[in-house]
Amino acid sequence: MSVSAEPRPVGVDLQENEENRALVEAIEADNEDLNIRHMPGMIRLTKTGQLVINQASVESRLGRPWETHEFQLAIISYFGEFVEWDDDQIVIAWKH
Amino acid sequence: MTVSPEKPARKLSMKQRYTALTHDLDWTPTYVTEEEIFPFTTFEGIKVHDWSKWEDPFRLTVEAYNKYQAEKDRRLYAVLDGFAQSQGQLGLTEARYMNAMKIFLQGIPIHEYDAHRNFSYLARYANGPGARFAALCQSMDELRHAQTEIHTLSHYNKYFDGMHDWHKWSDRVWYLSVPKSFFEDAMTAGPFEWLIAIGFSFEYLLTNLLFVPFMSGAAFNGDLPTMTFGFSAQSDESRHMTLGLEAIKFMLEQDEDNLPIVQDWLDKWFWRGYRLIALVAGMMDYMLPKRVMSWKEAFELYFEEQMLNGLFKDLEYYGIKPPRHVQWAIDEKEILSHQVYWVLYQYSHAAAFTTTIPDEADQAWLQESYPETWPVFKAAVWDKAQRVQDAGGRYFNPGLPQLCTVCQIPMGFTEPGDPLTQCQRQSVYEGERYDFCSDGCQWIFDREPTKYRQSWLPVHQIYQGNCGGPTLPDVAAWYGLQPGDGAEYLGSPDHQNWLAWHGQAPKED
Repeated sequence: MSVSAEPRPVGVDLQENEENRALVEAIEADNEDLNIRHMPGMIRLTKTGQLVINQASVESRLGRPWETHEFQLAIISYFGEFVEWDDDQIVIAWKH
Repeated sequence: MTVSPEKPARKLSMKQRYTALTHDLDWTPTYVTEEEIFPFTTFEGIKVHDWSKWEDPFRLTVEAYNKYQAEKDRRLYAVLDGFAQSQGQLGLTEARYMNAMKIFLQGIPIHEYDAHRNFSYLARYANGPGARFAALCQSMDELRHAQTEIHTLSHYNKYFDGMHDWHKWSDRVWYLSVPKSFFEDAMTAGPFEWLIAIGFSFEYLLTNLLFVPFMSGAAFNGDLPTMTFGFSAQSDESRHMTLGLEAIKFMLEQDEDNLPIVQDWLDKWFWRGYRLIALVAGMMDYMLPKRVMSWKEAFELYFEEQMLNGLFKDLEYYGIKPPRHVQWAIDEKEILSHQVYWVLYQYSHAAAFTTTIPDEADQAWLQESYPETWPVFKAAVWDKAQRVQDAGGRYFNPGLPQLCTVCQIPMGFTEPGDPLTQCQRQSVYEGERYDFCSDGCQWIFDREPTKYRQSWLPVHQIYQGNCGGPTLPDVAAWYGLQPGDGAEYLGSPDHQNWLAWHGQAPKED
């Protein structure tokens, strides 16, 4: 069975609003070489390999507690797989 | 309260909470057999050895689900209220924008409700607690989507035609049989096929093409409510995508005998879903006065890049190949929207939306977005339609189109590599001839002729005398269409009202 070893892009589309500004900034800070595309009402973040969202990074920018479940209020779509969704971190990557 | 349970020493982690409140609530039956409780999960041939392997990556519990869904609804309904109070409809780009919303409202909420019903069924009849709980959440989501879409668009119904009888139209009008047949096809399949059809092929592979550019398009055209319900629905959709991906991987990991069954379903439902969203291609490229991206660009971004170059590389691990007729879809990306909108244009006198010839700005955009193919279609059809209009007429096709037996779209698609020769495929089954728009639809029929021979084809039904009578007014009356719902946009009541609201011309009685 042929499995491609090359890292592929993953990504997430978020609503672009004030509520999500800290979240987007946290993702930018924690993911090197992040590609950002703005479309009306939304922002598309893509990256080769894996994309990480850290609770601590979001909380420090938001100035209040933030549960990773809250990510559900921001997300419009994604590609890749949620390989991790815990109290402190969400990771999007391809498994194979 | 008389009971005061001791507080746990520390808060459970998300994973522990999820396990405790979903998987750990399950039990093994002893009075009856598993087959008696879950009688519908074996007949499709999918082999499952361990249902406990089905996990929801979102790790949702009832409490978390309710908390976040309530917050989503609070935000959405605040927007709807503000929009209505501030007469937001006046700030749309143009009244003709609403045509795209009319097709959406007529074609989609009723099937959100269908999805709600079928996920309720899965929430009861899937053997494993992980699958049941994820299906329960999706079932509630789908009901919410039906409600929020209807609530959103009910405001527009006060000001625009083509929105008053969507429920009835969904059962009767020709183009609405396209989504209806799609969802009813999925609902009449077994539970695993449903998961591949809706959960995986529709939600994960294709729904981005429907919602994301389209809702961003709503944002671009001043349609705040649609943008908001769309993005609110999409936030649930991310969970649905996850359920679909979990479903296909679960089936593939449980037993290698499942692979050929899953591949067949994937081949079928990719094509079914792709043909369904062909309607979106026409809406995106022709019906939005201001556009975010072309169908072609959306297809490349959301399908080719994300799915073919991302997802299918992942599924290769299990032996899954890209969908059987995917190359046909790729080859069509330059012409799909042109063909679909031309069908809508020439039959809109029998529809509950209006259409018009692309204006100068539209044509400039089409030329820029489709430099190869737009000139071909412009010369082949639009220049002629323009001549009819210049002479004081309006081109409508007076005949009834032949419909594809499977996707039910009028036969307006063409041979690969030849954008002006209509594609027609035929199969004979038990002495009857059936027609198809493409290899994909023919292949689907040939797999299950006894299913698709039962298709409720609107044109056949008219000829059989089941739609109010033989003439167009008879059928329009049976459909429940009123003057202004369909035909040409320019000069329509919606257009005239729009001009009057903006002080550009008096409304004629």
